[in-house]
Amino acid sequence: MDTKKIVEFAKEIRKHTLLTIGTLGVGHIGGALSIADVLALLYGKVMNVDPANPLWEERDMLVISKGHAGPALYATLALKGFFPMEELATLNQGGTRLPSHCDRNLTAGVDMTTGSLGQGFSAACGLAYARQLDGKKGYVYAIIGDGESQEGQVWEAAMFAAHYKLDHLIAFTDYNKMQIDGRTDEIMDLGDIEGKWRSFGWYTQRVDGHDVEALDRAVRAAQKNAGTPSMIIMDTIKGKGAFFCEGQVGSHSMAFDLDKANEAVARLG
Amino acid sequence: MATKEMRSIYVETLIELAEQDERIMVVEADLMKAHGTTSFAQRFPGRAVDVGVAEANMVGVSAGLSLGGKIPFAATFGCFASRRAFDQFFLSANYARLNVKLVGTDPGITAGFNGGTHMPFEDVGLMRMVPGLTIFEPSDPVSLKALMAQSASMWGCTYMRLPRKAVEPIYEEGEEFTLGKGKVLFDGSDVTIIAMGGVLVGEAIKAHGVLKEQGISATVIDMHTVKPLDEELVLHHARKSGAVVTAENHQVAGGLGAAVANYLSRVHPTPIRMVGIQDEFGQVATQGWLQQHYRLTSDEIVAQVKDLLATR
Repeated sequence: MDTKKIVEFAKEIRKHTLLTIGTLGVGHIGGALSIADVLALLYGKVMNVDPANPLWEERDMLVISKGHAGPALYATLALKGFFPMEELATLNQGGTRLPSHCDRNLTAGVDMTTGSLGQGFSAACGLAYARQLDGKKGYVYAIIGDGESQEGQVWEAAMFAAHYKLDHLIAFTDYNKMQIDGRTDEIMDLGDIEGKWRSFGWYTQRVDGHDVEALDRAVRAAQKNAGTPSMIIMDTIKGKGAFFCEGQVGSHSMAFDLDKANEAVARLG
Repeated sequence: MATKEMRSIYVETLIELAEQDERIMVVEADLMKAHGTTSFAQRFPGRAVDVGVAEANMVGVSAGLSLGGKIPFAATFGCFASRRAFDQFFLSANYARLNVKLVGTDPGITAGFNGGTHMPFEDVGLMRMVPGLTIFEPSDPVSLKALMAQSASMWGCTYMRLPRKAVEPIYEEGEEFTLGKGKVLFDGSDVTIIAMGGVLVGEAIKAHGVLKEQGISATVIDMHTVKPLDEELVLHHARKSGAVVTAENHQVAGGLGAAVANYLSRVHPTPIRMVGIQDEFGQVATQGWLQQHYRLTSDEIVAQVKDLLATR
């Protein structure tokens, strides 16, 4: 996909994420919309995956450690053809294959089960280690949250990945600066987030997380980087693209109906 | 001849398994020297991963290794394997339906000089709440080897309790074991003693001898696997004897005693006595002192049997 198409893909991801959660009436809209652009880039251009064969061994893999962003991933996977679009409307219904938090056993294209923050990041590191040991060429991508980065396990994993030189692990921090209880700098300040990752031995970049060209450049630089894992800190806006929740702390998990979702979709154009 | 330490058998077995299956890996959290797995690391460079003092990450990384097609044996003291990394083992390994072999070393009183902070009397209870998890405690070197091999070859998470020190051999080389199937060491008629782990299976065997001299015929079962419980065997012997005494190096609430009582209360209510930890914390001392203090002894098993038979 070229940049224009990736931007369009991101818009579609946002629309279907809004409709998915709007159909249900409540969900983690804020942190789902803030990663729509990176998902569009990864699935539109960067990641080597096969919707017809989601368990293909040589594929690139993605662990969304902030597992509550599941609905954005489901919209992405459905748009890519991993499963029918109609299935998006089953989010969180009894027997669904689309639960709030990512589940590798339920959803085609979901690579790891996540939901307890910090855990997916460790798993991504173990996965990257196993693939490095086997000489696999593909990459492991991981997306963590900024609030999630308050979990100690994130930093245990950060040391591990640097120690074992997992240079085929490329992680993103969704730095939307908000968490459930408020702004991250008020609840538990992350301080110099870039400096932290650098000091942990990661090749660290910081980009506008809604600029797919900048994200693309950062990913390509990360792929060229050898000997250390990569962290791309994405400055993002929680709820990005939805008029009723963009930039609002309350968007972490909020109730809104299909009418509101449709209005937001219309405004996205 | 000095008996081999259980950790030596553990590492030897890991090396044997790893020679046959290149997916086998070792994951440690700064206890490689304590567990003796450094020899594995020398034999298979890259296949032994030390994560440093970070047990939660050890289990999370193990889940990721499993996702990448490996079979990780991750070991730390049982207190950390269960209490500290429980959510990681529950979710990233078990709920995610991955294949992590978690090993909790120094179970119960075998933690000895590390004391109460390091003395897991509750690990089995915690682990029993994880759906579908296989939980076992080998009672001697032969059973350790055999049960580890089965753990490695089955798909799914397991939790193994492993004393590091030597335990008295019970079985001859070549004895066969099946996870989920208890071993009947003596087949008696008056009472059924169901024991788990090196300390208490050994004591149950001693108790059997004492009871025999007193004219009491006891069945002794080495219930190495507490989950899934060998219900068929428990029921058969509960019916036959009508009296059950369980024995474990663990809290009776949540451990083997609870598992047996839970089952029998539903299908064949049977008078039961439980030898084990009675709602207490651990503490520091020699293993021998702790064994006497917490009454994890053949004397206690005999006393419970006689009391139970007297009140029947």
